[in-house]
Amino acid sequence: MILVQEQDFDLQHEYETLRQDGPGIGAIVTFVGLMRDFNDGDNVKSLFLEHYAGMTEKVLANIVNQAKERWQLQAVRIIHRVGELHPSDQIVFVGVSSAHRGDAFAACEFIMDFLKTRAPFWKREQTDQGSRWVDARSSDTDAAQRWNKN
Amino acid sequence: MLKLLFFARLREDLNCHEETLPLPDGIATVGELRDHLCQRGDNWQKALHSTGLFVAVEQQVVDWETPLSGSEEVAFFPPVTGG
Repeated sequence: MILVQEQDFDLQHEYETLRQDGPGIGAIVTFVGLMRDFNDGDNVKSLFLEHYAGMTEKVLANIVNQAKERWQLQAVRIIHRVGELHPSDQIVFVGVSSAHRGDAFAACEFIMDFLKTRAPFWKREQTDQGSRWVDARSSDTDAAQRWNKN
Repeated sequence: MLKLLFFARLREDLNCHEETLPLPDGIATVGELRDHLCQRGDNWQKALHSTGLFVAVEQQVVDWETPLSGSEEVAFFPPVTGG
């Protein structure tokens, strides 16, 4: 399940949905990304998230398919918010269920690493100095590339 | 008709989110389309040669040699920053 939406999400609800998916599940790993109030040394007051509707969902579905080819997974749920967000707001949810924790841990991290470098979202942040587009980080590219090595 | 889309910093720099365009004469690839659009002015030249620029055809990232038939959705955008 992949959702791109303005509204917030409820972690407990997402977890329960994954948990009730079947008795063969032995592990659920969830990740929630939050909005920070700082970036590149400046205070950030708010964030606006733009995306490429249609392509975003396709890219995320492709990342999930790659994860399912690589690990034994039961289900994957992704929610990514768009629009205006404020510090401490939830931005992204990734939940992975599997028979075993190793697969769930690895797949959740893999999905986040590729979401950050492939899914067409862009952040514009409002700081005390004005508004600016957030630059991509090479550390995110490195994080995604390390999955190619093993 | 081609459907052109521009996102984020590009959309602002070009003051354009979406436009439709008949495939210009002599343009056969995504790279040639970029060169054609760059003739519109310095801001186009600069934006369409910005660092890490992506181009997607039919919502899939492609390289500059990708052929165009004239009825595709072509999107230009900067490196992504979601998550």
